[in-house]
Amino acid sequence: MDKQLDNPAGVQGPSVYLFVTCLADLLRPSVAFDSIRLLEDAGCQVTVPLQQTCCGQPAYNSGDFESTVPLAKQVIAVLEPADYVVVPSGSCAGMICQHYPGLLEGEWRERALELSTRTFEITTFLNDVLKARRGKRPPITLPPVTYHDSCAGLRELGIKQQPRELLREFCDSEVAELQQTDVCCGFGGTFCAKMPEISGKMVNDKLNNALATEAQILAGGDLGCLLNIAGRARRMGRDIEVRHIVELLSGDLDGPAIGEGK
Amino acid sequence: MQQHSENFLDNASEALGNKSQAEFRDLMALFTPLVRDAAVQGFEGFDQLRSHVKRIRQHSLDNLDHYLDTYEQHALENGNQVHFARTGDEMNSIVLDICQQHQATRIAKGKSMVTEETGLNDFLQRADLEVKETDLGEYIIQQAGETPSHIVGPALHKTAGEVRELFLDKHELGERDLSEPADLVSEARSVLRRHFLEAQVGIIGANALIAENGYSMLVTNEGNGDLCANLPPVLIICTSVERILPRAEDATAMLRLLVRSATGQPQTCYTSFYSGPRREGDLDGPVETHIVLLDNRRTDILASDYREMLQCIRCGACLNHCPIYTSVGGHAYGWVYQGPMGSILTPLLTSLEQSAALPNACTSCGRCEEVCPSLIPLPELLRDLRHQEMEQKLTPSRWRFGLKMHAWLARHPRLYQFFTGLGIPLLHLVGRRRGSFRRLPMASGWTSQRDFPSPQGKTFMQQYKAGRKAQ
Repeated sequence: MDKQLDNPAGVQGPSVYLFVTCLADLLRPSVAFDSIRLLEDAGCQVTVPLQQTCCGQPAYNSGDFESTVPLAKQVIAVLEPADYVVVPSGSCAGMICQHYPGLLEGEWRERALELSTRTFEITTFLNDVLKARRGKRPPITLPPVTYHDSCAGLRELGIKQQPRELLREFCDSEVAELQQTDVCCGFGGTFCAKMPEISGKMVNDKLNNALATEAQILAGGDLGCLLNIAGRARRMGRDIEVRHIVELLSGDLDGPAIGEGK
Repeated sequence: MQQHSENFLDNASEALGNKSQAEFRDLMALFTPLVRDAAVQGFEGFDQLRSHVKRIRQHSLDNLDHYLDTYEQHALENGNQVHFARTGDEMNSIVLDICQQHQATRIAKGKSMVTEETGLNDFLQRADLEVKETDLGEYIIQQAGETPSHIVGPALHKTAGEVRELFLDKHELGERDLSEPADLVSEARSVLRRHFLEAQVGIIGANALIAENGYSMLVTNEGNGDLCANLPPVLIICTSVERILPRAEDATAMLRLLVRSATGQPQTCYTSFYSGPRREGDLDGPVETHIVLLDNRRTDILASDYREMLQCIRCGACLNHCPIYTSVGGHAYGWVYQGPMGSILTPLLTSLEQSAALPNACTSCGRCEEVCPSLIPLPELLRDLRHQEMEQKLTPSRWRFGLKMHAWLARHPRLYQFFTGLGIPLLHLVGRRRGSFRRLPMASGWTSQRDFPSPQGKTFMQQYKAGRKAQ
């Protein structure tokens, strides 16, 4: 596990497979490109397996376990060869680490458990495993930032301090905390489409709490939540840039934020 | 209680439309977690105690038959009469029989969710008995003809102003002010005091049944439970089989979790243990006591994958921390139990068909599980119920079909990347100027509340593969 970690800037870093996630693949490829850049800067050898699609959360959370099982096996088989698997999403990493072992049986359960010990959400990997540092490069300058803790990341994987510490290290930026930061934004996968009115109320609360911080950027680690909050901000005509945390950490701030036009 | 859980979405919509109620719920959503957090943080060893009590609860349930026998034996020795009711109707009939044997016409009733479950009040009232709820919250909603909106605070949805109007209307006490909440409490107290004294039968619930001594434990903040139990000559305790615990110390261990999780208090104002009828030399107490133990599908739950739900101690913490409960309030759930615990119990105690919406009223955010004093994996049980809905085809067919299609496509990466490689760039072309869509075919659920952010460009896979080719 510890190989080459003593030398994070070295050429022979650990082999990392990036699990892109379907939302980043389809809607925000920059999240994957920024992730690759951050990992390579920290000395990792990054591979993106081409056989990947989706981790199976939509079917799983809707109770279609039968459709999820073969998909979970496929994901495990694709990702297993890596030293580490890194995922720019708390909920997809949580799916692999927490839910695959419960869903599968026998040999596949063992394989899922084994993979779960080597699979990390990206801020956890950068901060806790690689202890990534900005080094001699100057910090990235950011306007005031607030942070949305996604529920799966927070409660399934304990992601709370990692993005804040990285923002401090990479951007010299202190997070302006949201009121009720541990409350769901109302995304919930298919929930937002099954119960739109309740979901709408929840995301509106989240947006209002974000606006109350007077931050210019709302960052987070899960595209599902971010698309939800950005979409609501657009609908309400509110100006707050919604971006994935890796965009901030890699200084990728020139392109439009989520939901914004050119 | 009449169930209307099938109308969850309509009920929720109506609740969201009531602005003043919605604002009040938002306030409660802020306030109740703070109170609970303060109580838990000020109590060292909360987490160890949670695990300890969970083990005890599991042990009690694993040996339910043994402990029920032991409890019954001790309760009988204490002079109680013990009844088992398989269904709600059976419980109601047993209670009515006891009342009729004593020619009772007036009943003083303490708060009991089990009797809400069986619809006991309606049943007794149809037999011309006068049943008065004596817990202030229950009394208020009984006067208003409403149902509980919260298992711990049944009238949480009512403002002081609404209660004032209600009392002025229902109590014929002439002109009076009632401007302070304290005035409302004193008025309810004086109205109820008469009723306690005149009732021939008292009915209460129980928070725990103690096998080793045959006692039952009840917590209240108003002391009305004790008045129901001690003033009328006949006492009936209505509760359910899974309340059983082996020892008195288990009940007090559970109590330390229950009250902090429920109201943030270290302890309720009144904690009472009822042993049985008045003994020789006792100054007061009922002459005759009955304990009615309801099953109503609980032993089915015990034998099912939802067994852990029986560990629930009815504290209401999962309601207070559920963003869906705090958004729509308790009435939307359409039955006795609300929030995450209600969304599991309602299908299990009634029918999944009628309450199919409830397990879907969940974002799997996990906040309920985090605060549950019984460590019940609530989100997992809700997901399992959604699985059951999928199997029983209760999930709408377009969802079932759509999810299956998506999962199938995801299992065929080349095909998946071919189709997404066609669709996504097209969506980008249409949406790039504005950056998001106000409307999108087949995504009306999403776009009814928020824009759909446009894709950034080609898919990552397209760009990545092109980059690799160029190298």
